[in-house]
Amino acid sequence: MVNLTIDGKKVRVRKLSTLLDAAGKLDIPIPTLCHHPALSPFGGCRLCLVEVNGSPKPVAACTTFAKEGMEVVTSNPRLEKMRRTTLELILSDHPQDCMVCERAGDCKLQELAYFYGIRENRFKGERRIYEKKDGNPFLVRDMEKCILCGKCVRICDEIQGVGAIDFAYRGMKTKICPPFERDLDCEFCGQCVSVCPTGALTGRMWANKGRQNFKEVDTICPYCGCGCNITLHIWRNKVRRVSSREDTPNEGWLCAKGRFGYSFINHRHRLKKPLIRIAPKEKDEGRGRKEEINPSSAPRPSAIFREASWDEALDYIAVRLKEVKEKHGQDAIGGLSSARCTNEENYLFQKFMRAVIGTNNIDHCARY
Amino acid sequence: MKKNIIIKVCTGTGGIASGGEEVLSAFRDAVSSSGIKAIFNERCSAQKVGCRGFCAKDVLVDVIINGEKTTYKHIKQDMVQRIVDEHILNGKAVEEWTVGEDYHTFHDRQTKVVLSHCGEIDPEDINAYMAVGGYDAARKAVCSMTPKEIVDTVKNSNLRGRGGAGFPTGLKWELGMRIKSDIKYVICNGDEGDPGAFMDRSVMEGDPHSVIEGMIICAKATESGHGYIYVRAEYPLAVKRLQMAIDQCRENGFLGSNIFGSGFDFDLRIFQGAGAFVCGEATALMRSIEGKRGMPSPKLWRSAEKGLWDRPTVLNNVETFANIPRIIMNGAEWYSNLGTERSGGTKVFSLSGKVKNTGLIEVPFGTSLKKIIYDIGGGIEGGKAFKALQTGGPSGGCIPAESLEIEVDYESLAQAGSIMGSGGMVVLDETSCMVNTAKFFLEFTQAESCGKCTPCRIGTKRMLEILERITSGNGKEEDIDLLEELCRYIRAASLCGLGMTAPNPVLSTLRYFRDEYEAHIRDKRCPAAVCKDLITYSVVEELCTGCGACKRACPADAVRGTRKSPHRIDADACVKCGTCFDACKFKAIRKQ
Amino acid sequence: MEETLQKILDDYKKNNGNIITILQDIEKNFGFIPEYAVNWISKKLDIPASRFFGCATFYSQFHLRHRGKNIVTVCRGTACHVKGSERLINRLLMELDIPRDEDTTADLKFTVEKVNCIGACGIAPVTILNNEVHGKITLDKLMKEIKKIKAGE
Repeated sequence: MVNLTIDGKKVRVRKLSTLLDAAGKLDIPIPTLCHHPALSPFGGCRLCLVEVNGSPKPVAACTTFAKEGMEVVTSNPRLEKMRRTTLELILSDHPQDCMVCERAGDCKLQELAYFYGIRENRFKGERRIYEKKDGNPFLVRDMEKCILCGKCVRICDEIQGVGAIDFAYRGMKTKICPPFERDLDCEFCGQCVSVCPTGALTGRMWANKGRQNFKEVDTICPYCGCGCNITLHIWRNKVRRVSSREDTPNEGWLCAKGRFGYSFINHRHRLKKPLIRIAPKEKDEGRGRKEEINPSSAPRPSAIFREASWDEALDYIAVRLKEVKEKHGQDAIGGLSSARCTNEENYLFQKFMRAVIGTNNIDHCARY
Repeated sequence: MKKNIIIKVCTGTGGIASGGEEVLSAFRDAVSSSGIKAIFNERCSAQKVGCRGFCAKDVLVDVIINGEKTTYKHIKQDMVQRIVDEHILNGKAVEEWTVGEDYHTFHDRQTKVVLSHCGEIDPEDINAYMAVGGYDAARKAVCSMTPKEIVDTVKNSNLRGRGGAGFPTGLKWELGMRIKSDIKYVICNGDEGDPGAFMDRSVMEGDPHSVIEGMIICAKATESGHGYIYVRAEYPLAVKRLQMAIDQCRENGFLGSNIFGSGFDFDLRIFQGAGAFVCGEATALMRSIEGKRGMPSPKLWRSAEKGLWDRPTVLNNVETFANIPRIIMNGAEWYSNLGTERSGGTKVFSLSGKVKNTGLIEVPFGTSLKKIIYDIGGGIEGGKAFKALQTGGPSGGCIPAESLEIEVDYESLAQAGSIMGSGGMVVLDETSCMVNTAKFFLEFTQAESCGKCTPCRIGTKRMLEILERITSGNGKEEDIDLLEELCRYIRAASLCGLGMTAPNPVLSTLRYFRDEYEAHIRDKRCPAAVCKDLITYSVVEELCTGCGACKRACPADAVRGTRKSPHRIDADACVKCGTCFDACKFKAIRKQ
Repeated sequence: MEETLQKILDDYKKNNGNIITILQDIEKNFGFIPEYAVNWISKKLDIPASRFFGCATFYSQFHLRHRGKNIVTVCRGTACHVKGSERLINRLLMELDIPRDEDTTADLKFTVEKVNCIGACGIAPVTILNNEVHGKITLDKLMKEIKKIKAGE
């Protein structure tokens, strides 16, 4: 353990803690843009500069280990002036379009600019202009708003293990892009969106669907047994966006389905009641003909299925299972379970197949 | 009478550019011709040697007859035969081609330690190196010294890192020695990126074995088994010669396993840079060897603890390593006595710009700048007035005439607002505009910024924009204050050394040449008549003979006039390229 | 192309190389970094192509586009700057009729490049014409050399 003093307050932290960690323990706020506790230290934004006794120059709190007896000052006029200058510089290379920016109100840069009251910018100058827009289906990548904190690059590499994007070029021309500046073509987990501190990365599907007055509902992602915690952002009884909080078991990380796969909720084709087939089954209908099915010429669902109540549907299943078992034996029945079910549900289902039906023909979609 | 004749031809990059290879092969042809063979048998040879520092007089050729040396300058291929006929065969030097007094004073006033072999031995031949005591130091260190003894010797020698920051080399090695790890690395930083500095190139080209020997000694001191020499892409000849040297070392058992039969293993390889100034920064260089973008990483750990691939790493500059064998052989005391109390030994500087004798020089620490420029450099070219000495490359600053008494070492240069850097010295005369010079360096650092941290990426860009504003006549009164504030901010807030030192050229010129900034801003005038937007070209009618040379040369057809009568320049059409100024033989074009 | 790439890949494995050495080999073989080559190697090695692209755009030695048949490199080091290399490069661009913000002639015959410093400051200003260093160069001397090349083709 290491003992040090931050802004006159004593604190004891584990060895190899950074000054930022130590300040966090004392609840002393130090502004950062490029730091993320789960990612490797970067030290690029230079907002977290603090003064340390014995060092003539300020040091970055995110990339300095706490040492025994250190005396740290996190805020004084000199440091605040430097932070202000840093913000002015970042803003001088940033579009001034908060009015229409998707992230307004939820933007770290905007928040800091607000706290430091940056109205006038002394450093007006050339700004990066990127005319080509990324045409991928899920993310809006507005690289003019990018402040090159590198969180997206690190999360893609360190957490997701994909490396779809990286820094390219250098100096003022530095930009984060997929190889050869093509459109993004990855698994679209959207992790990069979740850590972006500005409006550079946002979801295409929630663009212009509202920024404020969301009702936030915490729930569990229904897609798989992992059961990630998600937060639905609801406005006018519609889910506008999905996010996840960092203090959850999944630490705020989500996959493509959890983050972007919510459009089914209000989709008109969504099944809300059980359906029972009424049209006779065609012999060769099924797998082999898939590619020939043309949505416009296909029969309407209502011509094939009819809605039923749950009681009716379950009774129908029970009757048919019994019939099949009697006629063909228990091993004529197989059960396929789903990754979208919970562990408990999957357990119960195999129990049902083995104990009630009496077969070992039980499998799970995640095995394919 | 038996004669031994050795002909030495300079084949550094400078020598080759001036035709050194052709001169050498002409000598070789002549030497192997039957006539000479018959007279001298095997006692006449032509060798290639590294750069001897005085590139302005290339190709330089030494003809040594029985130990008596005659040096020729500006030798071309077709001049070889006459030297062979008159000097080698008849013993009469071709006086009109020999170097003058300035060549000898240039060399005699230096103290050569690192450069002692450059220009003397064949860099491509390990036997030539061993003939002058090469690898004795490495053998001694590897076979009969303990790591601690080596570290103590280096510590006592007062040798400080020649890469620019001046960190005591002995301390660095001690840290490297103390940390235990099964894998450790020794890296030689040959990414000499400072424009205006070429001492590392000359050492790698002219005496590659001394660098390797220094690295072997360092490896023994820190018990490292692997080494890298990082050479920048722009130095193909250095790569070639180092590779030859490494191969020869392996053949001789100086590199590889069980070197010098001592049971100690050490091998090294060359890593060629790919063109990025920032890779001269230690952490960026290591990222580059790892095959990544050369972006400096935050210094959570010291390199001695976690460097290359997170392993303990000792990294030193080319010149630092080249000093080591001499220190081991001659002792720490000899070396520390050469320099000042704070810095031991000598330092190589590359003197260039508007000075008569441009080239590499080596002087002990404590030599005054005046001595360097006037005694060794021979003063200012063309009888113009000295204005400033730029040291330390884009991270350094400009030192004015009144500070030339400074005795050069790391601290004194820093006090004057500049830095030692890797040792580039560019002399500026009255025709250099200091605002333009500052802008030049900022353009450089701005373009070479890796783009990682805000102050360097955006800050230097904004500084450059302000300087562009000033040099184009659009500067505002408050720009100077804004510049100064940005300078102080970037210096304090940047992530790595490149950013921290980027403001130095601006700060130092603001300190000593503020009046030039003010002239640009207030009077819209460039006192040195350099800044394009603030100067006009015109014809002095009294001097113009109407020869039409300027008219023919002008790429923009801006010169008007008929033959034999004074011409004039159409200011609207003039693109201010200066072609007419160069073309006029009568000094009738005025630039103001 | 695959054959060359396979050779590069074999060299990489034999010599314990890395992304930069691969890119250097690609540049040496093709004169620039083709997208196809990067994607091919990236797939073989299971290293994201973005890493290659990041390095290829970071280091000035690598080029993403075809370059001219002849390369004129003008040194922009301090000593060369002081001796007028900026004017040299501007006039060279004008003489070769290279459009603004471009570095290569329309017929892909000449590329004009800048280099930070080749460390031949003693003979400034310096240019490199197709790997041959020319010291104390003037525009006239340079244009003479260029005309020689043009005539030789």
